[in-house]
Amino acid sequence: MASDVELYLADSGGRPASVTPGFVRDVEKHAGRMVSRCYQCRKCTSGCPVSYALDFQCHEVMRLVQLGAREAALRSRAIWLCASCKTCRERCPNDVDPAGVMDTLKVLAVASGTPIGRKQVKAFQKAFLATVAVLGRAHELSSLALYLAGHPSAIVANAGLGLRMFSHGKLKIMPEGVRAKGEIRAIFRRAKEKAAGLPGSGVGKAARAGKIAGGGDRP
Amino acid sequence: MTYLYFPGCSLHSTAEEFNDSAQALLKALGLDYEELDDWNCCGATPAHATSEFLTAALPLRNLVNAEKQVEKWARTGDSAGAAPIEILVPCAACYNAFRLAERLVRDGGAEGREINREIAEITGRPFGGTVTVRHPLELLSRPETLDKIRALVTRPLGGLKVASYYGCLLARPSKIVSFEPNPEHPVAMDNVMAALGAEPVRWSRKTDCCGQSMAVAEGELVTELTNRVTQAAKEAGAEAIATACPLCMMNLDTRQKPATPGEALLPVFFFTELAAVALGVGKPQAWWKRHLTDVRPALELLEAKRSA
Repeated sequence: MASDVELYLADSGGRPASVTPGFVRDVEKHAGRMVSRCYQCRKCTSGCPVSYALDFQCHEVMRLVQLGAREAALRSRAIWLCASCKTCRERCPNDVDPAGVMDTLKVLAVASGTPIGRKQVKAFQKAFLATVAVLGRAHELSSLALYLAGHPSAIVANAGLGLRMFSHGKLKIMPEGVRAKGEIRAIFRRAKEKAAGLPGSGVGKAARAGKIAGGGDRP
Repeated sequence: MTYLYFPGCSLHSTAEEFNDSAQALLKALGLDYEELDDWNCCGATPAHATSEFLTAALPLRNLVNAEKQVEKWARTGDSAGAAPIEILVPCAACYNAFRLAERLVRDGGAEGREINREIAEITGRPFGGTVTVRHPLELLSRPETLDKIRALVTRPLGGLKVASYYGCLLARPSKIVSFEPNPEHPVAMDNVMAALGAEPVRWSRKTDCCGQSMAVAEGELVTELTNRVTQAAKEAGAEAIATACPLCMMNLDTRQKPATPGEALLPVFFFTELAAVALGVGKPQAWWKRHLTDVRPALELLEAKRSA
C-alpha cells in the first residue's frame, strides 16, 4: 500500500525526506502527551473508523512525529480527516491520545502556513467559528453560507439536504446571540494571540508554554 | 431551584425537539431547573481543532455564568439549600466539552490554573468548581429515578426494539465523560428504555462514530460511517434507534440509505422523545414533523404491540 509509512521512508532512503530535529518535542509540548512513548502497537489504527480514507494511518502519523518528519505529518490528509471520535485515546496503552495529537498537528500546520491537507474541513471549521466569534452562538445557516461562498462546487451536494432540513424546520433563520459579546470577543482575541506564539508562526518561541506534566488520563 | 439547564445551540435550532422533550421529561420527574443565563456556544469540534484555549475558555465562561446564577438564587432565597448545584447538559457534544473544561480546572494542574486565571481576566471571576456538569441520562438511569420513571409510565413502549446509540461524545474519553461501569459497552440508555417498556437490543456499534463534525465538508465519508451504524442496528433487529446527541441525530436522520432498494429506513428518536411518549407528556406531534426519516412506522408498530 503506497500510503504505508515504511514505503514513504523507503522512497527517501529509509529516512524522512527532511528531518526537523525537535519536532517531536514541539508536538509533545503543545499536546501535553508523550508521542515518543508510542511503540507502534496499532491499536489506534485498528479501532479507527476513518482508517480506510486516510493517507497515513493513525500509528503512522505518530511515527512520522517521532521521526521528525514534520512536513509529511503537517501536510497529511489524515490529521484533517480524523473524526475526533477518541477511540484511539481510549485504547492507547501508552496514553498518547492520538486524536489530541492530530488536533495539535492541525494547529501547528495552520500556524506555520503549511498547505492544508484537506482544505474543505478547515474551511468549515473556520465558517463555524466565525459565527460563534460574532454572535457567541452557532448559527447553521450563516456558517453554511460562509462555507459555500468559498466552495461553490459543494452547493449541489449540500443543497438537497439543506432544503429538506429547512422544510422540516430544522434550520433556524434568525440567529441568536449572547448579551456579553465583549467577553466572547476577548476569548477569541486571546486565542488568536496564543496562535501567534506557536512554533513556526514566526513570532518567537518564548511564548511557548511547557506542559508535559499532568497531561494523561492514566495515573 | 436545584438544577441549571444548558440547552446549547443545536437544541435551539436543529434539535428543538430534543430541547422540548428533555424539558417535558424533567418537569414530569418533578425536577426544578432554570436555563443558564446568557449561555454561549461550547465550541464543539471546530474549537478543539483550532485552539486549545478556545476549547477550554468557551465552556468555562458558561460555568462562570452558572456560579453567578447560583449565587443569585442564594441572594433571592431561590436556592434549594446547601446541596451542590448541577448543570444538566443534554447535548452530548456540549456535555463532552463542559466535562473536559470542568476537569481541567478541578484537577488543579498548571494548565487548568492558567486558563482559569485568563478566563477570570475576561469574565471578572474564575470558575470556582462549585457547579458540577451532569448529563440527564446519568440522572435518569439511577436506580431511584428508574423506579420513578416506571411509576410514571402511562403509555409503555410495548416492547419496541430499540438500539441505544451513544456515539463518541458520551463515551470518550471515558475517564472524564462516561458514567458507565463499562464504557465500551454502555447500558444507561438501555436501562431507561427498558423502564419505559421498550426492548433494548444488543448490538456492537453503540459507541461507533457517525462522523458528524465533517458532515458538510466530507459528505461521502460521513454517509459511509452513518450507514455502518444504522445497518448494524437493523441487523440486530432494531425497530428504532435512540440517541442523546443532536449531531448523531442530524446524521442518522438525514443520511440513512436503504441497503437494498425499497428497504425501510430506521426511525431515529432522541431518548427523551421516547420517554416523553411513554410518560404521556409534551407535544410529540410537533416533534415528529421535525424528523426527516419518518418516525410513524415505529410509532404505529408501538401502538400495535401495546394493544396486542
